[in-house]
Amino acid sequence: MSSPSRSGCRRRRELLAAVLLAAALSACQREDRRFRTWPPAASAIPAVRQSELQPGPTTRDLTVRNEYGDNAWAVSEGKRLYNQFNCSGCHFQGGGGIGPPLMDSQWIYGSQPENIFATIVEGRPNGMPSFRGKLGNDQVWKLVAYVRSMSGLLAKDVASGRNDDMQVRSQEQSTEKARPVQSAVPPASQRP
Amino acid sequence: MAKTSLVVGFVALTVACSGGHESRATPPAARVTTSAAAPAGALGTAARAASLAPDSGSAQWIIPAKNYASTRYSGLGQITAANVSRLGLAWTFSTGVSRGHEAAPLVVGSTMYVVTPFPNILYALDLSKPGAPLKWEYQPNPSTASQGVACCDVVNRGAVYYDGKIIYNTLDANTVAVDARTGKQVWRTRVGDINRGESVTMAPLVVKGKVLVGNSGGEFGIRGWLTALDAGTGKLAWRAYTTGPDTDVLIGPRFKPFYPLDQGKDLGVSSWPGDAWQYGGGGVWGWISYDPELNLIYYGTSNPGPWNPDVRPGDNKWTAGVFARDPDTGEAVWAYQWNPHDVYDHDGINELLLLDLPINGATRKVLVAPERNGYVYVLDRATGEVLSADPFGYITTSRGVDLKSGRPIMVPEKAPRTGQVVREICPAAPGVKDWQPSSWSPRTGLLYIPHQNLCQDEEGTEANYIAGTPYVAAIVKMYAGPGGYRGEMTAWDPVARKIVWNVHERFPVWSGTVVTEGDVVFYGTMDGWFKALDARSGKELWRFKTGSGIIGQPVTYLGPDGKQYVAVLAGVGGWAGAVVAGGLDTRDSSAALGFVNAMKDLPAATTKGGTLYVFALP
Repeated sequence: MSSPSRSGCRRRRELLAAVLLAAALSACQREDRRFRTWPPAASAIPAVRQSELQPGPTTRDLTVRNEYGDNAWAVSEGKRLYNQFNCSGCHFQGGGGIGPPLMDSQWIYGSQPENIFATIVEGRPNGMPSFRGKLGNDQVWKLVAYVRSMSGLLAKDVASGRNDDMQVRSQEQSTEKARPVQSAVPPASQRP
Repeated sequence: MAKTSLVVGFVALTVACSGGHESRATPPAARVTTSAAAPAGALGTAARAASLAPDSGSAQWIIPAKNYASTRYSGLGQITAANVSRLGLAWTFSTGVSRGHEAAPLVVGSTMYVVTPFPNILYALDLSKPGAPLKWEYQPNPSTASQGVACCDVVNRGAVYYDGKIIYNTLDANTVAVDARTGKQVWRTRVGDINRGESVTMAPLVVKGKVLVGNSGGEFGIRGWLTALDAGTGKLAWRAYTTGPDTDVLIGPRFKPFYPLDQGKDLGVSSWPGDAWQYGGGGVWGWISYDPELNLIYYGTSNPGPWNPDVRPGDNKWTAGVFARDPDTGEAVWAYQWNPHDVYDHDGINELLLLDLPINGATRKVLVAPERNGYVYVLDRATGEVLSADPFGYITTSRGVDLKSGRPIMVPEKAPRTGQVVREICPAAPGVKDWQPSSWSPRTGLLYIPHQNLCQDEEGTEANYIAGTPYVAAIVKMYAGPGGYRGEMTAWDPVARKIVWNVHERFPVWSGTVVTEGDVVFYGTMDGWFKALDARSGKELWRFKTGSGIIGQPVTYLGPDGKQYVAVLAGVGGWAGAVVAGGLDTRDSSAALGFVNAMKDLPAATTKGGTLYVFALP
């Protein structure tokens, strides 16, 4: 004999199981986490161009894929390095100050991972220091991934969704993607 | 008497104009007789400026502070409270540079000199010709990388004229001397290293043939210093560090600080943990004054680094304080810390006005300092004794200054700490008043203080010293203080120790001020209004809209045509205006050390671009 209360109990159990399954499935889709992610070889850097204008026929460029840009752990490591290596001292949490903003659409020296890598390693003439020999390639690629997340260029399931410190901006995860444009205006004052 | 000095000034100018350049090239300092100081006394006020040298008469403006006493008072009286409403534009000049213009133009004889922010171009303009055409320009070509070690925009606070030369500093920490007649470089000396985070933004001062220069970089873990160079050759005469052992700080047998807390051996080492004094800040990026009678120079030192105070327990000497030194040797005679163990980035570098004031029935030789921590200090400038310290803005961080010990009475719960957000810190990091210089009139006895009304929330973070990169370790978010306005122009009576009148402004008043014999005070606003107020009542008498926000220092001079002119550089920027000058993103409240949060509406109020504006009566 089955009492109404017992069948109600079973329905609740089924419902709970369904909810758990749905939660588990959605978690599976959250991020395709690979535990062996390798950064691109730094030798990809010769592919970097500063200008889209090429004399003669346009050649197809090598593109660099930064695996860390798909890896939430690497991006969070990038965020830690961003603060520890004092990137935040100049660019703050993306709004800029001494250096230009990193959360907007303006990219003076290019928004592609290889461009940002080159900017960090080589430095740029208007004040960006060269970190060559100070950071390992692996650390730089993590920074590259995090820097791109600041303007919403990474997938939402990879970008940081929380902040350990005082809230001063929207989370990288909920930052609307700012479609990169090459900025014509260098940050420096211009000579007459 | 005033009229006489005007006539004398005019005659001097005429002589200078008719003579060769050499005669113009030698009007400075020491040659001005004490009669130049007479108008103040003649007016019957006991208060007077200590030394008007190197004033060189009212016609010219040869150092940013106008005179060694740093009063920024002009004895010109053609433009008065009664007629200033008719002031109109005479001519303009575009500097071609778009960052913050904080400098004071100089007028020597019939030439005006203008220094721009980085790339620190020096322009000479011919005032004897209609429209003041360009005579020459000098380009020092500072290292472009130096822009990366300038904490708060790539500003320059001006040049000085001395002995036929225009002398100033470049952002990449070089001091240059340029022939005032030809624009050719006479000497150039590298005084600092950008790879240690050093830059130079201050205007030098020449005292007894020595060019006094200090470094910037309190946010870059520098070790602060003041350096004296020989004005003729640029060779190093002495260097006095702000931190470290007494031998480096030039503390010797003559050093007699007033308060016990400043007495002891090698306090510049023992008041720091470990070797933190080697990168503890204490830059010298503000103003220097000089008293020829006591033969003492006075200047303040910047904040200790990093901002997060947890990593540097101790008084952190001699940061956020003031030094009195012998200009010949650099020896320290006394020192006093406005903020021992500063926890708020409250640099002590503001202008120090050397006045002789009637205090408790006696005339005292004092130094008046409107400080970042919110107090107007009056110190005995011979001994360093604090005679009074009174608040001139809204303060939650301290309850006053204990005149017995010399220590400020801090509010411990408002001190920032690691990993915890402290709110309603008032005043904010730029203080009740930052670098923007006050002026003082012997006619009214009042100090005209341009300043701000800001508070902040702050959290200390992990500190990592990496030479050449910022060393701040704090997240800051600033906002308007009580009342909602962010700027103020306050007339302060340093004898009665109270506010006489006060004008509120929407944005921080980041420009300097000048006050004249015509009882007019000039200053500019960050949304581009150049204003004239009645020095006695504070009533606005005139305003003019410039092309960009004003953070420069106004000056006034007598043109070769005998007319009084008022000049100011427009061109928004500086720390307060970085949001516009640097094109910053206002969605990050912590941008530009947290100042952006308080300036989110500035981009809608003004655009960048440097232009000199010169005004005259019709």
